[in-house]
Amino acid sequence: MTIHGGIGQSLQRKEDARLIRGKGNYVDDIQLPGMLYLDFTRSPYAHATIKAIRTEKALKLPGVLAVVTGKDLDAAKLAWMPTLMSDTQMVLPIDTVMFQGQEVAAVVGDSRYSAADGAAAVEIDYDPLPVVIDPFKALDPNAPIVRPDKPKKSNHIWHWEVGDQKGTEELLAKSATVVKQEFYLPRINVSSIETCGCVAAFDPMGRLTVWMTTQAPHAIRTVFALVSGIPENKIRIISPDLGGGFGGKVPVYPGYVVAVVAALTTGKPVKWVEDRMDNLLSSSFARDYHISAEIGATADGKLTALRVKTVADHGYTDAAANPSKFPAGLFHIITGSYPFEKAFVEVDGVYTNKPPGGIAYRCSFRVTEAAYAIERLVDILAHKIQMDPAEFRLKNFIPPSAFPYKSALGWTYDSGNYGGALHKAMEMIDYAGLRREQAEKRKRGELMGIGISSFTEIVGAGPSHTFDILGLKMFESCEIRIHPTGKVMARFGTKSQGQGHETTYSQILAEELGIPAENISIEEGDTDTAPYGLGTYASRSTPTAGAAAVIASRKIREKAQKIAAHLLEVSPNDVEWKDYKFQVKGVPEKSKTMADVAFAAYTNPAPGTEAGLEAVDYYDPPNMTYPFGSYVCVVDIDKGTGQVKVRRFVAVDDCGTIINPMIVEGQIHGGLNMGLAPALYEQISYDENGNMRGSSFLDYLVPTAVESPHWETGKTTTPSPHHPIGAKGVGESPTVGAPAAIVNAVIDALAPYGVTNIDIPIYPWKVWQVLHDKGVS
Amino acid sequence: MASTAIPRLTATAPSSGPIQQVTVTVNDVPFTMQVEPRTLLVHFLRDSLGLTGTHIGCDTTHCGACTVLVDDTPVKSCTVLAVQANGRKVRTVEGLEANGKLHPVQEGFTVEHGLQCGFCTPGMMMTSVALLARNPNPSEEEIRRAISGNLCRCTGYMNIVKAIQHAAQAQSGASGGKP
Amino acid sequence: MIPPKFDYYAPGTLDEAIGLLERHQGEAKVLAGGQSLLPLMKLRLAEPKALIDINRIPKLAYIREEGEQLRIGAATKINALNDSEVIRTHYPLFSDAGMHIADPLVRNMGTVGGNVCHGDPGNDLPACMLASGASFVVRGPSGERALAAKEFYRDTFVTALEPSEILTEVRLPKYRAGDGGAYLKMERKVGDFAIAAVAARLRSDAKGTIAEAGIALTNAGPTAILAVKAGERLANRAGTDADFLDSGRLAAEAAQPTSDLRGPAEFKKAVIQTLTQRTLQRAWERAKGRS
Repeated sequence: MTIHGGIGQSLQRKEDARLIRGKGNYVDDIQLPGMLYLDFTRSPYAHATIKAIRTEKALKLPGVLAVVTGKDLDAAKLAWMPTLMSDTQMVLPIDTVMFQGQEVAAVVGDSRYSAADGAAAVEIDYDPLPVVIDPFKALDPNAPIVRPDKPKKSNHIWHWEVGDQKGTEELLAKSATVVKQEFYLPRINVSSIETCGCVAAFDPMGRLTVWMTTQAPHAIRTVFALVSGIPENKIRIISPDLGGGFGGKVPVYPGYVVAVVAALTTGKPVKWVEDRMDNLLSSSFARDYHISAEIGATADGKLTALRVKTVADHGYTDAAANPSKFPAGLFHIITGSYPFEKAFVEVDGVYTNKPPGGIAYRCSFRVTEAAYAIERLVDILAHKIQMDPAEFRLKNFIPPSAFPYKSALGWTYDSGNYGGALHKAMEMIDYAGLRREQAEKRKRGELMGIGISSFTEIVGAGPSHTFDILGLKMFESCEIRIHPTGKVMARFGTKSQGQGHETTYSQILAEELGIPAENISIEEGDTDTAPYGLGTYASRSTPTAGAAAVIASRKIREKAQKIAAHLLEVSPNDVEWKDYKFQVKGVPEKSKTMADVAFAAYTNPAPGTEAGLEAVDYYDPPNMTYPFGSYVCVVDIDKGTGQVKVRRFVAVDDCGTIINPMIVEGQIHGGLNMGLAPALYEQISYDENGNMRGSSFLDYLVPTAVESPHWETGKTTTPSPHHPIGAKGVGESPTVGAPAAIVNAVIDALAPYGVTNIDIPIYPWKVWQVLHDKGVS
Repeated sequence: MASTAIPRLTATAPSSGPIQQVTVTVNDVPFTMQVEPRTLLVHFLRDSLGLTGTHIGCDTTHCGACTVLVDDTPVKSCTVLAVQANGRKVRTVEGLEANGKLHPVQEGFTVEHGLQCGFCTPGMMMTSVALLARNPNPSEEEIRRAISGNLCRCTGYMNIVKAIQHAAQAQSGASGGKP
Repeated sequence: MIPPKFDYYAPGTLDEAIGLLERHQGEAKVLAGGQSLLPLMKLRLAEPKALIDINRIPKLAYIREEGEQLRIGAATKINALNDSEVIRTHYPLFSDAGMHIADPLVRNMGTVGGNVCHGDPGNDLPACMLASGASFVVRGPSGERALAAKEFYRDTFVTALEPSEILTEVRLPKYRAGDGGAYLKMERKVGDFAIAAVAARLRSDAKGTIAEAGIALTNAGPTAILAVKAGERLANRAGTDADFLDSGRLAAEAAQPTSDLRGPAEFKKAVIQTLTQRTLQRAWERAKGRS
């Protein structure tokens, strides 16, 4: 017996009806009467004093209404604002710019075109200052200070560590083999096809509405209230349709704040939408981790200890939106799929003259960095002791019997079957056959590589005892109301940016309430109506909001059972929920549907119960969830050009219970592309003067359909024991797992020449350089 | 928040500059309007005509979110001036359905889950419509090359390929279908 | 994203267009496909006072063999070039290159003329023109003249075109049996300019040896480069792998690539050597009728 649109069905998405007609409602689609436009004049320098800002030419241009500077904002105490990491960030600089591309002057115009003309006409004189770009040099005692406003006159932001330093050192010293490797994961930009933006409008009574590209509307509302002094009940944040988010639409960017200020001072709605260059220059960043890591193993290849030291380049302010206890996010999942007896991790955050770094790009709070390092290290060690990398992993995995498993760095992994996933991936790709082919090709000097990544990741932030963002606990909410005619409206504190919540949440509710999914409406994103939530990022929605949906549904079922009993004229104890109906125990033909109950809730409530049929749940997850998977990648390298071609890629993912297989598969495809891109194509870098390279799509290489492999997917299912329906979340797993698989394949191809590492992105010239240096023609 | 620190402003007249009159037939409806020569076709469609289904995703002619058909040819409307479309026929995503019935390409994208956030989708579909008009039964490789001017961040392109293959099947099944 | 203001004209004849260019004294630009010009204007890197749209001028787009030449109208769209049966069978060098210019959508607007006279060393057609010994017909206030491709490219964004002149036609030596050509482009991704690209055009003689060889390079210097020695090296050769290896070395020597985000100069030279060999192999296969 199934319910239409229940869990496990590949229900077609409800969102599509409007999106494929071009009837989506994205921020830039919003047109309000009298609406004005905001644009910015940006700094060409990475670090400079502002000597003068001349606005006369700009203000003379037709349609240019105002130019706002940091000094103007400072008079209203708005030049600085807090970041989500409790640091401070400039809205507009008062006298010093901190990165190339920083917003310096804001221009308000009556059209996009006049605002752009105005921004081009503002004249700014700068006095360049010494630039801090290299985070290691930034830690030099004599380095110029990026943040002289901070009491600690240093570019060192924080130090964070976890684990047993002494025990780890001792165990490594005793290990038969130790491999150490430096990895640099460069800064990247998530480049959702829709850039960031907002429309800010005050109504005549001073109520503020901001349509905003935000993944966390409630948290934003609270922050706005605290920063601006506008009462929180007079602020409404609406996150409409979003064209991608991936973590890039979590932070508060200066444009949002300036738009609100401009709306207040002009009395008109003000729209701000980033150009792509604005976006690449100043928002939506990720990674920039310099990792030095080592692992040890016994003589027969059993892993012993892990030691990691990382320098985290945060740009000029720590605006990474991590849970507050974890300035390095959940990086200490770096023990991965392996039962290290001892481990020690330390991370140091550093200021540089770059835009605020971030934790966008599907990184799950630095899990991408962690998984990359451990899966690369494991491969390096396996190659060193000449053990097949698959065999090495299978020998070392945390076994299924060990779960729940407490890692040396403090995480309790809920469930896992790492060997199952790897075996499945190896079978799907015919691993043994590939190794035979590789052996043949090696005899002919052809470069073919096979790379594995068996990652464990950690999502579902998070339990209140450990997690908060700016003090806000990371619960999640679901509010359900069933109407008299049996239709459902449910609202959530999360915010989809393409993940299909309108569909998947309705499937959970269909399953739990026995109401077909097409009778269930899902809403998110309007803070006036949705219950408070922390939003959607770090793959948290299914683990937290999905659970809240289940619990809220079961609260409804509890009341509904009483109403059903009343209608069936039996006691509630004689009623059971079976086959999506309330049935009299032992007499199945005597039953009532949830729709029957809903009608009765308003027309014939049971004695002792209130009218109506609704419930809300604020779910505090008892633990994180730990999706995992094994990926196997095959590459061929063209010796003449250094070009790497991904010939095949098999991804086996385990995200526990799957709500909508079609949507999960789509998430995996997209996530794999976001693993491919940093491995081979995308990078944001700065020269020694702080000039950014990669500030347009000309050089920031987002893969097209031609560069993208034909992804092959498979699954295993190991439910989460603590989640009400055993679901774990999946959106970021592929981005977490894929880069190491691809890079391991490239390094495996070059193994005959003794190559152990190439830093990503692996461009053809890097491969050619390595071959050239090794004398390979 | 102290709003008095920043001066209150009043609106002035809209931008002035050289103006041209253009007549563009969009989704079978002719529109005659005054535009600046520098007005990009994508802004003309979105802001002047309110057809916000066509999107903007970049500023260097890479992403293809703005793809529309001009005289049945797919072009990036961010890199075409509205004045260049004078006297021409433009079709946008809003003009794909007919009499309340979805175009086979729209059906294909829905059935095969060819969209997630939906932002690249209108442009992707316009390119697909034009592809199938030239090549009713494209191979996967041909599809990938045809859509290589349209970037997607969400789908990894796999289901977009399937969506187009689905539409190709549906269209070849229908008799003499006009794209 | 927003271009600055400009005046706009859409003349109906070539003479009108030339008159407008003259009147604006170098401050006006021709708008053909606009796929190179408009992106520059949107970034405000180019701010012409006027655009002269030549798309309303009839009879500027054609591909036809006339006498001993193939004549291509300057306003021919790149995709029209790629779709042309004549080009694909007899001048595949051009469709090879055409299929790798930007992306399929840009190719629907971009023109042969634009790609030929924009003057970016990353444009793909100039190397094809050099390798084929093409000539360009331009018209200006003082009438019409023909320029050899090898005299056309002076420096980055500097060609022999005078400010008031318009390129109207490209002329190539007509195909003969035994002709073969190919273009190979290595790019970081679809739509990018070349890391390196090589155009090769070979003519074989009755003996089945190489009579003429034109080899030219894209994005390997301030302009497209005709690798003269690399071509001369192949005269009267049988077209063996050893011949092509030698040519490859000479082509790499003729290259003057810069180190940039696409890679170090040394890398690019190595790629040029490899691509030259492969391009010649493919061109030779076609010349011998076995592609």
